[in-house]
Amino acid sequence: MRSQEPRSSSSCAACKFMKRRCTLHCLFAPYFRADEPKKFAKVHKVFGASNVTKILNEVPEPQRQDAVNSLVFEAEQRLKDPVYGCIGAIASLQDKMFQLQHDLAVAKARLARCSTRTSYPSCSTTSPFSMLDGEFGMTSFDAFVVDQGCGLTTELRQHPFP
Amino acid sequence: MYRFHKLDKMTSTRCAVCKYFRRRCPPDCIFAPYFLNDNPQRFICVHRFYGASNIGKMLEEMPVQLRADAVDSLYYEAKCRIQDPVYGCVGIITSLHRQIQIAQSQLAKAQAEISFLDANFVGFEPTPSLSESLVQQNGFEQGLDDPFSTWFY
Repeated sequence: MRSQEPRSSSSCAACKFMKRRCTLHCLFAPYFRADEPKKFAKVHKVFGASNVTKILNEVPEPQRQDAVNSLVFEAEQRLKDPVYGCIGAIASLQDKMFQLQHDLAVAKARLARCSTRTSYPSCSTTSPFSMLDGEFGMTSFDAFVVDQGCGLTTELRQHPFP
Repeated sequence: MYRFHKLDKMTSTRCAVCKYFRRRCPPDCIFAPYFLNDNPQRFICVHRFYGASNIGKMLEEMPVQLRADAVDSLYYEAKCRIQDPVYGCVGIITSLHRQIQIAQSQLAKAQAEISFLDANFVGFEPTPSLSESLVQQNGFEQGLDDPFSTWFY
């Protein structure tokens, strides 16, 4: 007996990929348009359609587009780097952050030495950059260890990937 | 008695995956080295998002010496997705990008201040190599910021 569900006029990329009928209430249709077949193919390869369905069902509808975007990105990273995936990208960004932190510390040390040694009346009050101190306020670099509840970056610090 | 003894042996040597699926764990089980019996949550976490067959396919496609790291990274990503169902570990990447942008702004400001002092101060000895290295640090790595510029900003 044929299903009574109404049919959409054209299949979304997910239903085309899975060779099934795309209904009007298809969960994937708003996020995997027919003109972007590779997007779903990547997500399907890494996560699988049923897992994506479960993930989307756990997320409120207004946030599903962002959830799909992040899944697509994770899938792309995993296909590019099957061993480390997004973790490779995180480790790389952390290295960059460490380097920036070091360079900034060196620069600030030089500026601090300058304020005690040079003959210029005042480094901190007449420098044209002093008025910008409020705009570029000091950021604690410990803040970059973002703990969104999973402690991942803390773990990466303790057990860094190569 | 023999049957119970055999069952005990099977139970005690099964990996977490085979235990989860209630199946015999063969000696060459691809999951066994990475999903030990004493940590069932690790597999449950990864299986929730990737599925056992996808994990098995991924592991089969890579050299044996890299599989442990691959499973670790899958586990970390799965944990991130549990904590943040919308963005997963991409949320961490976005946040790191923002932190890096802030740090680069501060570095550029410090560099400009050093250049100013270099031009105006008596006795200030610039180090050209430091200035150059500060300039080089300002660039983003290729391929990491393009996706974010279209999605999140």
